[in-house]
Amino acid sequence: MRHGKYPFVIGFLFVPVTLYVVFVIAPYAQAFQISMTNWRGLSAPQWVGFDNYRRLLDDGNFWKAIQHHGVLLLALPLITIAIALFFAFLLNVGGRSSGGQRQGVWGSKFYRVVFFFPQVLAVAIIAVLFQMVYRPNESGLINGVLMKLGLDPVLFLIKPNLALWSILAVLVWQAVGFYVVLFSAGMASIPTEIYEAAEMDGATRVTLFFRVTLPLLWDTLQVAWVYLGIAAFDAFAIVAVLSVDSGGPDGATTVLAMEIYRNAFVYSKYGYASAMGVALFFLTITFAALTLRLSKRESVEY
Amino acid sequence: MNPQSTLPPTPAALPQSGARNGAGRRGKGRRSEVGLFAGLGHVALAVWAVIVIVPILWTFLASFKNTTEIFSSPWTLPGELRWENYARAWTKANVGRYFLNSVIVVGLGTFGTMLFGSMAAYVLARYRFWGNRVIYYLFVSGLAFPVFLALVPLFFVVKNLGLLNTHTGLVLVYIAYSLPFTIFFLAAFFKTLPSSVAEAGMIDGCGHTRLFFQVMMPMAKPGLISLTIFNVIGQWAQYQLPLVLLSNAKDKWVLTQGIADISVNAGYEADWSGLFAALTIAILPMIIVYAIFQRQIQSGLTSGAVK
Repeated sequence: MRHGKYPFVIGFLFVPVTLYVVFVIAPYAQAFQISMTNWRGLSAPQWVGFDNYRRLLDDGNFWKAIQHHGVLLLALPLITIAIALFFAFLLNVGGRSSGGQRQGVWGSKFYRVVFFFPQVLAVAIIAVLFQMVYRPNESGLINGVLMKLGLDPVLFLIKPNLALWSILAVLVWQAVGFYVVLFSAGMASIPTEIYEAAEMDGATRVTLFFRVTLPLLWDTLQVAWVYLGIAAFDAFAIVAVLSVDSGGPDGATTVLAMEIYRNAFVYSKYGYASAMGVALFFLTITFAALTLRLSKRESVEY
Repeated sequence: MNPQSTLPPTPAALPQSGARNGAGRRGKGRRSEVGLFAGLGHVALAVWAVIVIVPILWTFLASFKNTTEIFSSPWTLPGELRWENYARAWTKANVGRYFLNSVIVVGLGTFGTMLFGSMAAYVLARYRFWGNRVIYYLFVSGLAFPVFLALVPLFFVVKNLGLLNTHTGLVLVYIAYSLPFTIFFLAAFFKTLPSSVAEAGMIDGCGHTRLFFQVMMPMAKPGLISLTIFNVIGQWAQYQLPLVLLSNAKDKWVLTQGIADISVNAGYEADWSGLFAALTIAILPMIIVYAIFQRQIQSGLTSGAVK
């Protein structure tokens, strides 16, 4: 193995490491630096210390964005995981059992295929799709029906207190199938003897779910929560395309990524946008660390 | 755990003939509990299936309608199949161009990601040398950073290299940002491959490079396929990077960007049926690809989460 090892190793690593350092590492490092300047792109950047961060604290849109992340962070994982767990349970062990062999309900395979499909579509495309679905007049999918029934149209994206929830619904719509498949994989690896034993002791389906499936699936649930949380910190594509005025109405759906994009590429406030980027980074890291720490518990060996 | 982590094949879900025997032994109350639960469950599943299918189906139907029909009868079948909507979307709205751009960028991006990613992962997984761990963790740490943190400096890096508004720039950026996960996943995969085959190859006078391309790559095929699917779908869905890096070159835009632009800038005079046709052009290929590779796609995409 010795002969000519180093030329080979260097030859194989050179291109990927160079690409990675130039396009990933260098920008990340620079972001922290730029966030301490008042750079607007034209003149040389001036060092302003923590000024940008102080201004963040007084920025109404920044706090609105943080608040929206808070809502998404709680609601998106909670709703998605609840629905996905319910479906995954039905699809894997919800049907009748034959000789102790648990089975899913009839048509499980079909449902799994259909539910997963939105995952394959780009979020930007889904956002355009739901713009049509939510349209406030008779050409919208939902309001077209409501108005035919003589009801008033629901202004999904225009009403400030409804807009964020309308967007959240789309995120759930896309995510559920992925987690159904993920949880199904977890459930399939739970030995059937455990279900058999529980059944013999007279456990109902609800008991089975809460006492057997849920504890044995804990690790997968934790991964799901972290994934959905990270998704809640992004949400750029959906907000940029689906919401009114990219984050509107009047900032009612804005998220940090949207504010970063706007400050950097519309207002050319590069220093300020970078400070927001750094804030977003620390929020994401804190969330991931906290989740992994708080949800830590003895995993059940089986 | 095995990093290959492909999902187990879906357990046959249809009730078999043996099911009856098992149920026959049960008490009456028990069976009604099962019946009620399965019944409610069925309704819930069917409702969700409708929620997933209807918006897409509705888009397909609307893509053949004209504006009057879209507004007056959103729920009926189109009066006739107006293929001209598609022709308009494809040429006048540039969807054809965007589609082709996406194919080029994602094709090159995924190819580069898989080539360089597997090269780096292989070396990092199977060769001991000074700096190995440092480089590995440098790559893996990239998983923890949100792309938005780097967006401003990245824009200027690409600009200073003269690659702004070029496909080359976008492809290189796609590759760079896909490397952390690709290397993380493939390094674990290469580690599990038996070293006896590699040693045998070495004894036969096979060089390091040939060993990699002719022995190790074929052995790693399942992992490579999963990751290729993961990267294709991820890069195809990209929106923010092209938005920033291609903003001033409309003829270079990718599909997500182009369709979002048509939709966002659609005013009162908008060509609604054209937009529905454009949307269908974006969705339909994904349905076809998904229908064919459904199992591989499911395992490829979830492979990231199943550690």
